[in-house]
Amino acid sequence: MTTKSQELMHWIDARFPLTSTWKAHLSEYYAPKNFNFWYFFGSLALLVLVIQIVTGIFLVMHYKPDASVNASGIPVAFASVEYIMREVPGGWLIRYLHSTGASAFFVVVYLHMFRGLLYGSYRKPRELIWVFGTLIFLALMAEAFMGYLLPWGQMSFWGAQVIVNLFSAIPVIGPDLSLVIRGDYVVSDATLNRFFSFHVIAVPLVLIGLVLAHIVALHEVGSNNPDGVEIKKKKDASGIPLDGIPFHPYYTVKDIMGVVGFLIVFSAILFFAPEGGGYFLEYNNFIPADPLKTPPHIAPVWYFTPFYSILRAVTYPLFGVDAKFWGVVAMGASVVIIAFLPWLDRSPVKSIRYKGGLFKAILAVFLVAFFILGYLGVLPPTPGRTLVAQICSVLYFAFFLLMPWYSKLDKCKPEPERVTFK
Amino acid sequence: MSVDQKMDSGRRQLLVATSAVGGVAVVATAVPFVASLTPSERAKAAGAPVEADIGKLAPGEMMTVEWRGKPVWILRRTPEMLASLEKTEPLVSDPASEKPMQPEYAQNKHRSINPEYLVAVGICTHLGCSPSDKFKVGAESGVGPDWPGGFLCPCHGSLFDLAGRVYRSMPAPDNLEIPPYKFLADTRILIGDDAKA
Repeated sequence: MTTKSQELMHWIDARFPLTSTWKAHLSEYYAPKNFNFWYFFGSLALLVLVIQIVTGIFLVMHYKPDASVNASGIPVAFASVEYIMREVPGGWLIRYLHSTGASAFFVVVYLHMFRGLLYGSYRKPRELIWVFGTLIFLALMAEAFMGYLLPWGQMSFWGAQVIVNLFSAIPVIGPDLSLVIRGDYVVSDATLNRFFSFHVIAVPLVLIGLVLAHIVALHEVGSNNPDGVEIKKKKDASGIPLDGIPFHPYYTVKDIMGVVGFLIVFSAILFFAPEGGGYFLEYNNFIPADPLKTPPHIAPVWYFTPFYSILRAVTYPLFGVDAKFWGVVAMGASVVIIAFLPWLDRSPVKSIRYKGGLFKAILAVFLVAFFILGYLGVLPPTPGRTLVAQICSVLYFAFFLLMPWYSKLDKCKPEPERVTFK
Repeated sequence: MSVDQKMDSGRRQLLVATSAVGGVAVVATAVPFVASLTPSERAKAAGAPVEADIGKLAPGEMMTVEWRGKPVWILRRTPEMLASLEKTEPLVSDPASEKPMQPEYAQNKHRSINPEYLVAVGICTHLGCSPSDKFKVGAESGVGPDWPGGFLCPCHGSLFDLAGRVYRSMPAPDNLEIPPYKFLADTRILIGDDAKA
């Protein structure tokens, strides 16, 4: 005797794989039972993506991508953001959710990436998950950069000016390329409108597609875990991994716990320090864009600063090409090189729990170098700081490029047969 | 398809030909989309010359006018400022202005028509920030004790002298651009047009 709801499910399942999709990705997707708090950040990244999309939809209802000046001499785009902040009911909250959400996105994504680094989540057979993840990071950087132009403040304008001019450093095609990106000879209304189009349509579509590919690839091979051992090697009679538990309800409930913790911290920042002390929304961005005057000190938002420092650290021309071009190459390489980790790591074990002191020491140096680069990126350059940035840039690249050697030399401990779980 | 089945090469050729023609159509369709990203006719037309009245500019003072959306500086240099160009000559990377960053008539020591007036596009040749003026000399300028006066780009620290020449080993590769300009009268400059009347 089937109930009405069961009948409905049968009707749907004959036409759309609803039950089988639910089982494959949730109720019968077996994840290792030993996840720790580092495993919150994947689902949190998804949560922040949803926050950004929903708040973005509502912001577009009031925002105007228009660089022309209004009757009171203020650019329309800048004025529309102030209008959202002051006159749209609840507008301030939606806007701050979006601007603080951007920084939260990078916090969560950086921690998610670091988790992968700690436990070797990029190793075989998860190379493509990692490559998709690097592409998500790249798309996210493009999304954040183009979004930052929209308020049309001084930092918006000069940040875009600097980054678009990066492309003009490419030999031969560079100047025309930057012209095509800008759509004008200077950053102007044409640039603002196309960045708006990319920010609200093109890049989000790419981002969602990549996130899907990231998750589909993950569910194909199964999750890694803090021990870095494959749970699929030990299965019970019915083919279920001995150390696996169904994602739903176990990890859905656990992730909700992570969501609660995240939202407490996020709300505290949102309500008490939405501008993040000038790091989430820079003070100069509360001044309308002025194409004739660069602010005395310009710096990117905090999440770009390590890569920006690497750009600035290159001051020598090479092979007859300007230092400017090599700076751009170094900055691009510093992001792209992350995608090659699966092939650079030759360690016999995946997780840091079983790696030796050599890897731990080098990882610590890498972390310190990354933080110093990030810190220097917000400061104006001096010869001394440039030298420090150069040393840290070398350390950053050495972490990746020397990995094939030191990961083999490292004295690793034996991996356990099964995951450790107390 | 089984292996022993014979491939119909006539159909295969038609398939290849169809794909090739289709590919050409896709590329041809992409052309207007890419073209739409290039500057519009209106943006191209917006480059009209700008006139500046320099009558009220005192020695050592600088004014900024907007030309093609960019800041153009007009600096009236004092004799001391002009003398500083001798001092910076060994420090700058292109002292004789050999790179084509200026019209022919500005390819000289002072990079200008009239030595007294520097007319330059105030956009750093590195990544397009507008350098700040650091006209004060020595430690007072905040740049360094030997600073002879010039410009400092706030973005990446490039230094320029009072003729817009970039110092050695700076992120900026070239001297500041000198726009085409001409004197309409002693106190009036036309920027963006240097055609002889």
